[in-house]
Amino acid sequence: MSLDIESRSSTLSDDGMPVEELVVNVGPSHPSTHGVGRVVVHLDGDVVVKADPVIGYLHRGIEKMSENRTYLQIVPLTDRLDYVGSMYANWAYCRAVERLARMRVPERAEYLRVIVCELQRIASHMMGIGASAADTGAFTAFVYAFDLRERVVELFEALCGARLTYNYVRPGGLSSDAPDGWEESVVDFVHALPRKLDELDSLFFGNAIARGRMKGIGVLSAQDAIAWGATGPTARASGVNWDLRKHDPYSVYPRMDFDVVVGERGDAYDRNRCRLLECYESARIVEQAVAQMHGGPVHAEGVPRLIQPAPGDAYDQIESARGTLGVYLVSDGSPRPYRMHVRSAAFANLALLPMLAKGHTLSDLVVVLGSLDPVFGEIDR
Amino acid sequence: MTQDEMTALIARIRTHNADLYPLFSLEFGDAVVGVAPEELSSTACDLREAGFDRLTMVTAVDRGETFELVYRLHSRSLTASIFVKTVVRRDDPHIASVYDVWPAANWQEREVFDLFGIVFDGHPDLRRILMPYDYEGHPLRRDFEHPNIIRRPDYI
Amino acid sequence: MSALLTGAAWGLAAASLIAVAALIGVWWERKVAGRIQMRFGPQEAGPAGLLQTLSDTLKLMLKEDITPTAADVPVFRAMPFLVFVPVASALVVIPYASGWAPFNIATGAVFFLAVPGLSVLGILLAGWASQNTYASIGGVRAAAQMISYELPRTLSVLSLCLLAGSLSTGTIRAEWRWWWVPLTAVGFLVYFISSIAEVNRGPFDLAEAESELVAGYFTDYSGIRWAIFMMAEYGGVVAASLFGAATFLGGGLGLSGVPGALLFVALTALIATAMIWAKWTFPRMRADQLMTFAWKVLTPMALVQLLAVGIALAARVVLS
Repeated sequence: MSLDIESRSSTLSDDGMPVEELVVNVGPSHPSTHGVGRVVVHLDGDVVVKADPVIGYLHRGIEKMSENRTYLQIVPLTDRLDYVGSMYANWAYCRAVERLARMRVPERAEYLRVIVCELQRIASHMMGIGASAADTGAFTAFVYAFDLRERVVELFEALCGARLTYNYVRPGGLSSDAPDGWEESVVDFVHALPRKLDELDSLFFGNAIARGRMKGIGVLSAQDAIAWGATGPTARASGVNWDLRKHDPYSVYPRMDFDVVVGERGDAYDRNRCRLLECYESARIVEQAVAQMHGGPVHAEGVPRLIQPAPGDAYDQIESARGTLGVYLVSDGSPRPYRMHVRSAAFANLALLPMLAKGHTLSDLVVVLGSLDPVFGEIDR
Repeated sequence: MTQDEMTALIARIRTHNADLYPLFSLEFGDAVVGVAPEELSSTACDLREAGFDRLTMVTAVDRGETFELVYRLHSRSLTASIFVKTVVRRDDPHIASVYDVWPAANWQEREVFDLFGIVFDGHPDLRRILMPYDYEGHPLRRDFEHPNIIRRPDYI
Repeated sequence: MSALLTGAAWGLAAASLIAVAALIGVWWERKVAGRIQMRFGPQEAGPAGLLQTLSDTLKLMLKEDITPTAADVPVFRAMPFLVFVPVASALVVIPYASGWAPFNIATGAVFFLAVPGLSVLGILLAGWASQNTYASIGGVRAAAQMISYELPRTLSVLSLCLLAGSLSTGTIRAEWRWWWVPLTAVGFLVYFISSIAEVNRGPFDLAEAESELVAGYFTDYSGIRWAIFMMAEYGGVVAASLFGAATFLGGGLGLSGVPGALLFVALTALIATAMIWAKWTFPRMRADQLMTFAWKVLTPMALVQLLAVGIALAARVVLS
C-alpha cells in the first residue's frame, strides 16, 4: 500500500541516496490558508524543502471590470479587494481619483477618513493576530481578538450600515456624515481598547508555547524586506522604519502624534506583535482625530456623478494594515478609467513565503503564512 | 528631495543613458522618466545605485500598438519616488526583467506576463500567477474578448 | 464461558460509561470553553443545553458514512473500533472502590498503561488507510507522540506501585495514605501532562492539528465513525481522570462511604476540567518541541520522582 504516486517526487540527495519528497497541497480549501490560497509544499520528512504559493483562486478580474465601469461604480469593487480592510481600498482608490480629477476634499471628510482607517487597522490587525493565534491552536486568543474586531465592525455598521463592504469613502469625500453620538462611541471604544489589548497580549504573546512557536520562525532580514518590496508590519518587524503615515504623510496624519512600531528580529513573533502594538497607536490617532475634528461638509462641492478626468495617469497610496496599498489610474478622458491597477501589499508580502518557509517544518509554514497576514481578496484581485 | 534635485538626478541618468525615450515630465510631484526598452536594465542599475532601493509597483497599460510598462521606484534615503516608463511593441512584447536589481519584481512581472503577455527576459520563474496555468489569452489586453464581458451602456 | 460472559458484561458497562461520560463531557467541555471565551456555550437544546450532545450524536449517526474510494476499505472501516476498544478496556482496571476494580488483576497498573497504548496502532493505520497526506502525517505524528509520552506516564505511575508494593490497582488504592499526595505531587503533574498528550488533546493535539493537517488522522472520516474517534478521545480523558483520582488522590482522599464516593467523582471531574482548561488556553506545540518536552523535561521529572519515592521508602525502613 502506498500513497498515490502523484504526491511523491523522487530526487537524489548529496550523497546519491534517493530522497522521496512528500508533496502536500495546503489549500485551496484548508483551515489556515486565510481564504482560498494554496501552497504546494514539498516536504523532506517534516521539513519544508520548497513552498510554492499558487494564487488566483479568488481572481475576479477587478482591474478588468473597472475598465467597464464609471469611476463611482468602481468604489464598491474596491470593497471586495481587501475584505478585511475595505476602508483602505476605498480610500486609496478615491485618493487616486481625486488626484486624477483634481478634487479637493473637505477637512472633516479627511478626519473621518483617518478615523475609519485607524479603526479599520485595529479590526484588520485583530483579524491577523486572531488568525495567527488560531493557526497555532490558541483558539481562545482568536475569540478575544475577534471580540475586539466585532466592536469596530459594530461602529462601522452604525456609521454606514455595512459590516464588511462599506463603500463609505467616495471620490470627493464620504457617502455620509457620522450619525449623532457616533464620535462619542468611538471615543468610548478607544478608551477601553488598551486594557483589552493588554489582556490579549498576556493571553497570547505572553504564553510560553506561543512564544516558542513564533520566535525565530520565518526570519526576514531588513535588506530582504526592502529588496522584496515588503511593506507594513511585515517590513517594520524586520527593523525597516517605514510608515507612509509618518514618512510620506498624506491627509491629516502630519497633525497626529504617534509612534511607528518597529521590531528587531523580523520573525513571526515580531510581525504579529508589531500588529498588536500598532493598535495602541491607532487608538491614540483616533482619539486625537476626534478631538481635532470640526463640523462641516463631508463631500466636496460640485463633484459630478459622472466623473470625467482629463487624460493622464495618477498614482496614490496609503498605509493599509498590510502595507503600502497603491492605486494606479489611467484616464483617456472618458467616464471610465482606461486602466486601473492595484498595488497590493499582501501580494508583495506573500511573495516572501517561499523564502521564509524554507527549512522550517510544516507546522511552522502555517505560522509563517499567518504572520504575513495574507488576504486573498487583495492578492488575487 | 526637492523638485530641483529630482530634475538634476533625472538629468544625470539621462546623460548616462544617451538613448532615453523622449518622455520626461514631473506631474503631481512624482517624477516620470521614460526610457527605451533596451535601456531599461542599465537605467534600473543606475537608479538602484542612485538610492532607489525599493520597487513598489510594476504594471502595464495597453496602448494599442504598444504596451506601456510602468515601474514605480522609491528611495528611503532620498525620500523620493520616481516612475519609470517604457514601451514594448505589441507584436513582439519582450523586455528585460529587473528581478536581478529588485527581487520584488518577481511576482509583479509574473502578473504582467500573465495578464498582458509581456515576456520578461531573464526572469527566473516566468509562469502564470493569477490565471490558471493552462489558460489561453491575456485578460488585461484591451482586445481581450470573453462572452461574459459585455460593454456597459453609457447611462448613469 | 462464564468468564466470557462476565467479560462481555464489563465491556458493555465500560462502553456505556464512556458513552454517558462523553455525552456529559462534551456538554461540559463546551460550556467551560464557552465561559473561557466570553460566551455561553450550548443553551438551546434542553435545559442549559444539556441535550446538545445528544442532538449532535443523532446528527452524526444519521450522516452519510463516507469511505474514500482510494482508501484501504476494510482497514479504514475497522480502525475507529481499534482505537476505541483499547481505550474503553482501560476502564475495567480502575479501582472504583478501595481494593476493588472490575477486573482486579495483579498487574492492573501495567494493563492500564499498556492496553490503551494499543490505540496508537489504530490511529496510525487510520491515517495510513485513508490514503491522504494529511491523515498519514497525522498518524505518524500520533504514533511518535504517544510512544514518547508512554515513558514518563509509566514512570510516574511506577512511583505509586513502589509505594503500594503492588502492581494491582486495587491494592494501590487500598494502601493509599495521605502523605502520598505531597510525596508524589511531581509524579501527579507528570501523569497529568502526559495523559493529555496520550489522549491527543490540546496543547498536544498535533495529530489532529486542525490548522495544519485539517483534522489529522481522521480527516476522511465522517458520521458515526468520526464520532467513535471522538468517543475514544473522551474515553481517554475519563479513564485518565478516573485513574488519577483513584490512585494519586486515593479515591476520595481517604474518605470512605458516600462522601468518599462523591469526592471521588468530584476529583475526577476536577482533573477532567483541568484538561479542558489546558486545551482552551494553550496554543499547540510543534512536534520537535513536544518531543523535547517529553524527553528532556517530563522523563527526568518522573525519574526524580521515582528516586524520591525510593529514598523515602528506604528512609522509612531504616528509621523503623
